[in-house]
Order: sequence, then C-alpha cells, then structure tokens
Amino acid sequence: MATSAATITAPGKLPEAKPIDGFLAISIVAVLAVCVRAIWFTPVDAMLGAAQKIFYVHVPSAIAGLYVACGLLAVSSILYLWLKDERLDRLAEASAEVGLLFMGIVLVTGPIWARTSWGTWWVWEARITSTLFLWLLVLGYLVLRGAVESPENRARLSAVMGSLAALLVPFIHLTVKLFRGMHPGPVVLKPEKPSLPPEMLTTFLMAIVAFMLLFFALLRVRMRWAALRDARTAMEAA
Amino acid sequence: MSGGAPKPAVLAPAFLADALRIARKDLLIEFRTRSAFMAATVFAVLSVVIFRFTWDPTAIPAFDLAPGVLWVIFTFSGLLGLNRSFGLELSDRAYDGLLASQVSRESIFVGKVLANLAFVSGVQALALPAVALFFDLHVGSAWGVLIGIVLCASLGLAAVGTLFAAIASNTRLAELLLPMMTLPFFVPLVIPAAQTSAYILRGQPLEDAMPWFKLLLAFDLVFVTACIVVFPYTIEE
Repeated sequence: MATSAATITAPGKLPEAKPIDGFLAISIVAVLAVCVRAIWFTPVDAMLGAAQKIFYVHVPSAIAGLYVACGLLAVSSILYLWLKDERLDRLAEASAEVGLLFMGIVLVTGPIWARTSWGTWWVWEARITSTLFLWLLVLGYLVLRGAVESPENRARLSAVMGSLAALLVPFIHLTVKLFRGMHPGPVVLKPEKPSLPPEMLTTFLMAIVAFMLLFFALLRVRMRWAALRDARTAMEAA
Repeated sequence: MSGGAPKPAVLAPAFLADALRIARKDLLIEFRTRSAFMAATVFAVLSVVIFRFTWDPTAIPAFDLAPGVLWVIFTFSGLLGLNRSFGLELSDRAYDGLLASQVSRESIFVGKVLANLAFVSGVQALALPAVALFFDLHVGSAWGVLIGIVLCASLGLAAVGTLFAAIASNTRLAELLLPMMTLPFFVPLVIPAAQTSAYILRGQPLEDAMPWFKLLLAFDLVFVTACIVVFPYTIEE
C-alpha cells in the first residue's frame, strides 16, 4: 500500500512493472498446499463423505469475501466521504472486486456441496440468500464505478453507495433470517468447543490463513493496478 | 426562502417550506405533462393483467399471489417515476440553478422525496384497486391498515430511490443503472411489505405481522435519515 502512494507522488513517471509478484506467488503456493493437505492428508468425514472437503475452500472464501472484503469496502467508503483520500477509494474498489471473486467462489462451491449433502442445488435459506444479495449489491457497486467517467465523481458517488450498503447488510440479514434456515451454524467459533476433530481443525485453520494470504495478495495487486491507472490518467490530463 | 432571512435554511419551517416548494415544482411539471404518471399507471395495470394470466388460479389462491404481484408492480412502476426525478433537472442545466439558489441541499432532497412519494402513491392509488378487482380480493375493513403499510413502504422506496436517482443522473447509463443499484436496497423493504400485506389479506390482524412491520419501520427510519445525510455528497462541489 505504501508503494501505491509512492506512484502518485512522482508525477510524469510511471513505476516499472514487476514480472512476478512475490506475495501473490507465495499465497498461491499456500492455497495449493492446503488443497493437497485437505484432499490427501485429512481424514474423510464419516457422515458427509468426500464432499465435505469443499468445506476447506467454501468457509475460508466466505470469511475473506463476506466479512473481510465487505467490511473493508464499507469502512473505506465511509472514511472516503470523511477524509477524501484517493487511496481509500482504491482500497474500496479493490476490496469490492476481489470480494466479488471470493463471494463467487462461495456461491459456486455452496450449491455443489448442497447437492451432495442436502440433495438439492439451491435452497432459499437465510445465509445463502444474504450472500446472493450481497454479491448482487457489490456487482451493482462495480457497475456504478464503471459508469462514471471522472475519477473524483466516481470515488464520491461510489463511496455514497458503499456507505449505504454498509447500513443495508444488517437489514438484508434480518429480512432473510425471518424465513427459517437450514444452513449449519458455526462449527469452529462456538462458545463451548470446536466440533471439528483436531486434524480437520488444523487443515481448516491453515486454509483460512492461505485464503487470507491470497485475498490480501490480490487486493495489493489490484490496488497497485488502480494506482497505476490513476497515475496514467493524471499524466494524460497534465 | 421566507422573507429573505440572512440565516441559512436550517430552521425547520424554512427547511420544510423550501422542500415543499421543490416538491410542488416537480409535481407541477408532472401534472402539466403527465408523461411519467401515465406510463407508470399503464405499466402497473398491464402488469396486474399479465400476472393474472401467468398463474393457474385453481392452484394458488389469489390472496397468496396478490401481495407478491402488488409489490413487484409497485417497485417497478416506482422506478419509472424515479428515473425522471433528476432527469428533468438535467435539461438546460436546471440542476445548477437549483444548487446555486439559497435552498439547502437537504431541502432539495426532501422536496424530491416528497414529490416522488406523491408520484408513487398516485400510481398505487390506481394499482391497488386494480389488483383487488382483478384478483378478487376481499379486503373489507382492512383497507386502512393496508394503505398504511403501502405508505410506510413507499416512504422508504421514495427516499432510497431518490438518492440513487441523483447518483444515476451523474452516470452514462442512468436508466439502466438505477434498477441495478436500487433493487438490492429494496429487498428489506419489499419483502417485509409483501409479508405484512399477505397477513392482512389473509384476514389476520396486524399484530401477527409485527416482526415484519417493525422491520419496515426500522428501514424507513434508518434509510430516510441516512439518505438525507449522504445526499449532499452526490453533488459535485
């Protein structure tokens, strides 16, 4: 993030592109390693069978896409309206786009898992429906960003939408929760004790770390790309 | 401005008087042309008729079907009016004139919301009897409660819709963008409204639908306030 600030302070010169991003490479290796561990070195669930392995992708993606990305989007949008710092706008843009990807992973892996364990591809259940609405909301946000030409206008208008979306999420959740749900509750962060066996818990925690690494690596690349684009626009305007 | 007072329009009477003046201006334009109102009303009545033909009336009872139809129609016909709200300010750069006047931004917003609320309520005043007629609903003494629910939901719809209409008017694809941005925001508004009206149409008292109705009121409270607060940010300084 410090690099993205540096690119803007040096007008008239764009930073050189790096062929390989080290952080991104490490995070991809970490995700692959976790997948290998989950498939071959973690016991198969007695009840749910091999399909349970989707859990190691589905839940970490949900944490990254739903909680971290949407949280960052909301906070950076609200802060942008207050501080008017273009780095906050780039953070909002990057978290929306990377968050959309991770939410997409959740929405694709979810039905596959649901088909094997619940016998149906899709159920209109509280958490699933909330995720779908959130995905559509972020998609609308990105379309808005694409439809405004001036960078200053784009940042301001999308920050307005981002801030309102932060207020909307609890309402969507309450609305869909009033319909009864069948999605399993948390299995790790429970007040008593995690209900996962230790080997599965280790793989799961490793998966969370790996997916978080991937999330932040992609976020960093995306923010740097946005900084380059803004620098180029500023150069062309000058 | 009342009496050319030197103070900015933050005093409640002046604030409301400005808002009402803006609302009157918008409604007057609409009353003289009637273009959007006609379009929205015809759309609403046409939708009622089309929806009636898409379901087998022997399979699903009308009072189960009607709330959903009602709210789908209200949402989409509302969108037709909202698009126009800031669109009409774009010609001859009328919006710049409005912003240059002494009227506060919040008054402009509240005025636009009031005009849109009147517009949406006008369409609903024709669509609601049409749904009752074509779906053969026996509302009976519950008309008052039903109209109350409709007005509560329309307030939220007008506030959120007006804000996004202001945002969309700054973009290249205003008409296309508005539904994409607003429909997710209408979810916690339309679903509770449809659920509450379903209870009423089934002949149950409002108390049974209280969780839904409270959600509707909370949405109104939070979003009307929030939209007034963030509206000045939609305007280019």
